[in-house]
Amino acid sequence: MAVENACACGEKLSEEELLAKLDEVLLEYKDKPGALIPVLQIAQGMLGYLPETALKRIALGLNKPYSEVAGVVSFYAFFSTSPRGKNVIRVCLGTACYVRGGKNVLDALKHQLKIDVGETTKDHLFSLEVARCFGACGLAPTIAINDKVYKRVRPTKVGEILEQYKEAAKQGEAHG
Amino acid sequence: MPTLTIDNVKVEVAAGATILDASRKAGIRIPTLCYMEKVQAIGACRVCLVEVEGAKTLVASCVMPAGEGMKVKTNTKRVREARRMVVELLLSDHDGDCQTCNRSGDCELQALARELGIKEITYPGAKGRKLIDDSTPALTRDSAKCIHCRRCVAVCSQIQGVGALFPQSRGFKSVIGPAFAQNLDTVTCVQCGQCAAVCPVGAISERDQIDEVWAALDNPKKHVIVQTAPAIRAALGECFGLPPGTLVTGKMVSALRRLGFHAVFDTNFTADLTILEEGTELLTRLKKALVDKEKVALPMYTSCSPGWIKYVEHFYPDIREHISTCKSPQQMFGAVAKTYYAEKIGKKAEDIFVVSVMPCTAKKYEAQRPEMNSSGVRDVDVVLTTRELGRMIQQAGIDFVNLPDDKMDSPLGISSGAADIFANTGGVMEAALRTAYEIVTGKQLPAENLHIKPIEGLQGVKEASLKITGAVPAWSFLEGVTVNVAVAHGLSNARKVIERMKSGEANYHFVEVMTCPGGCIRRRRPAARDHRRGADEAHRRHLPRGRREETPQVAREPGSRPDIQGVPRQAARREIAPPAAHAL
Repeated sequence: MAVENACACGEKLSEEELLAKLDEVLLEYKDKPGALIPVLQIAQGMLGYLPETALKRIALGLNKPYSEVAGVVSFYAFFSTSPRGKNVIRVCLGTACYVRGGKNVLDALKHQLKIDVGETTKDHLFSLEVARCFGACGLAPTIAINDKVYKRVRPTKVGEILEQYKEAAKQGEAHG
Repeated sequence: MPTLTIDNVKVEVAAGATILDASRKAGIRIPTLCYMEKVQAIGACRVCLVEVEGAKTLVASCVMPAGEGMKVKTNTKRVREARRMVVELLLSDHDGDCQTCNRSGDCELQALARELGIKEITYPGAKGRKLIDDSTPALTRDSAKCIHCRRCVAVCSQIQGVGALFPQSRGFKSVIGPAFAQNLDTVTCVQCGQCAAVCPVGAISERDQIDEVWAALDNPKKHVIVQTAPAIRAALGECFGLPPGTLVTGKMVSALRRLGFHAVFDTNFTADLTILEEGTELLTRLKKALVDKEKVALPMYTSCSPGWIKYVEHFYPDIREHISTCKSPQQMFGAVAKTYYAEKIGKKAEDIFVVSVMPCTAKKYEAQRPEMNSSGVRDVDVVLTTRELGRMIQQAGIDFVNLPDDKMDSPLGISSGAADIFANTGGVMEAALRTAYEIVTGKQLPAENLHIKPIEGLQGVKEASLKITGAVPAWSFLEGVTVNVAVAHGLSNARKVIERMKSGEANYHFVEVMTCPGGCIRRRRPAARDHRRGADEAHRRHLPRGRREETPQVAREPGSRPDIQGVPRQAARREIAPPAAHAL
C-alpha cells in the first residue's frame, strides 16, 4: 500500500500511467489467494477512487467475474466508485456519538454542503461519509476531516469548521 | 466412519459427511432452502437447523460435519420454533403477492411456510429494493421476491463459469444481480436460464409470452403452427400432477389442437436435418483439412445450444469459426415452415405464426437474434417453455390428464429415432456420427465402435475415438483415419475442452457442447422437490423415459427418411457474424 498517486518528483501521474501501475500490482497479486480486497485498497490509494476502468482491469487481472468485484466494492463503505473531494468528512455514528447527537451533526453537514452521504460537493472540496467509532467515545460526538478528529462537535459549529477548509483551499489556489 | 444418532436412529456415514447427509441416509427429512447437493452448502438460510446434544446453539445441518457419537434431534420445540422464525424473517422481506406470482403452487418458500405452520408474519418493517429487470428476451428478475439464497449465484459461476450474478451492496440495499445491480443485458449473461431453474421463488423466471400466443390464435388472419421439442413430452405431465418423466406425447398434441393451433409439428423433424447438415459439414471440413490441405477450423463445435453460442461470442470470440454453421433444429424449423411449408399450403410467410415449445429460456433469446429471419420475416415468432404451455392449457380449462391421444401432423411431424436422443448430453454427437459414418462407409455404425468414455479427472467431459474402415470410393481419403470427438455439458466443462485444445493437450475433430448439465432434458425446471434431493437424482428419474422413446419410427438414420429429401437446404444454415456463411 506504499503506492502513492505521485512519483518521487512530486508530479501527478496521468490516469493511463496509474492504470499501467495497477497492472504491475495485478501481476504481483494474480495467484495469491484472497487478493481482491488488498488490490482494491491499493487501487483506491493510487487513483483516489475506483473507476469502472480500474475495476474491469482488476476483474480480468485476477480472473474473477466483474459481478464479484463489484459486489465486494459495493459491500464495503470504504470503497468509493465516484471521485472523492479534496477533503473527506466522516461523521461517527457509533453508539456513543449517536446517543450524543451525531445524527444532528450529520444533518447539519448535509444541509450546509447540500449533499447526501456518499456524495461530493460540486466544487470537489468535500465528500461526506459516515463511520463507526474513531475510538474517542469520551469526546462524542466526533467527526473526522481527513486525518484530523474534531471532538464534541455541535450542529451549530460545523459551519465554522468547514470555513477553515474553504479558506485553506482559497489560499492554496492563490499560491498555486 | 463416524456413527451418530438422529432422532434415535443410528446411522454410520463416511468421514466428512454432514449431519444433513447422515439424516438423508437415515431416511429423516430435514427441510433445506439454500442448499443444493454437490453445488452449494453454505449454511446461509438457516432453515436446516437441528439440535445437537451438548451444543450451545442450534446448528445448520448442511454444513455441520457429522461427529462420532453425536446425538441429533431434528424435531424438538426449539428446532420447530427456530425454523419457523427463520422462514418468517425471510417472508417479512419478501414481496409475497402469491396470488399473481407465476411460481404460486410451485414455490419452495410457500411450501416451507405451509410445512412449518406459519400463520402470520410477526416482523413487519423495512423491505429491500424492488428492481425489475426485463431487459433480456429470455428472463425477468424481480429483486423484491429474492430471498438471497444464492443458488443462482452458485450455478452461474460454478456450473456455467459465467459469473453474471453476485450479491451487490449490503443490508436492505442488497440485491443479487450483475455488477452494481445493472440489468442482465449489460453483462455477459448467456440467457441459459439455469438461474431461473434453481430459483426457489419467483425472483428469476422465464419471460412470460403466453399473451402473445393467445393474440396470434385469436387473429383470424394468422395460420398458427407449433413445434414441440422432444424434452417437452416427458416433462409437461408434471404440470398436471403426473409423475416426473411420464410420456404425454399424445395428450400434448390433443391439448395443442384444443388451444387452437392449426397444425402441430415435431422439432425432431428438423433435428434430423441438423444431423444431416452437421454430419456433412464435419466431413467437408475433414476433407478440406486432410485432402485439400486447406486451413480449416477444427475441431468443429456443435451449434444447437444458443447459450453456448452466446458464451463463445462473449468469452472466446476467436473460436467463432469453429462452431458449425448449422442452425439449431428450432430455427431450421422456423425457416422451413415459413418457406417450404408455406409454399405447400399456399400461404405467405408473414401470415404464418410459428410458436415453439422448448425446455429452454435461451431459445427465446435465439429466436430474437437479428440474423434469424431467412424467410424474410422472423422465422420463429414466440418460444414458450414447458411451464408456460402448462399454464396455457390450464388457462383454457382443458382437462389434460383425461385427454385422448392424438398424432402430430405431416409432413413436419415425423422423425427418425436418431433425433430422439438429441436432448441428452452426447445425443447430437452420436446422431451426427451415425450419419457421417453411413455416408462414408455405406454401412451403419456398429455400436461397439463408439465408446464414449469420461476423461479421468474431468467431470462433465467425455471423449471417444472412431477409426474409419471400409470407406466407399468417394470418401476413401478417410480410410484408416481416426476421428476424435468430445462431449461437454455445462459451460464450465465446455471451457475445459476449449482450454485443452488451446494448450495442445487434446486434439479433437468434433465437439458437442450443451449449455445445461445433462443436456436439454434436464434444462426444464424440475419440481421444487427435485432440488432438495439433488439434480442428479432428478436427472436419473427423467433420463430413462427421455431415452425410452428412441425407437425406430420411420428410419433410424435421418438420411434414409423419404420425406426429408424434398426439403430445401438453404434454410438450414445460420450466419456467423461476421463473416456471413449463408449459402449451403
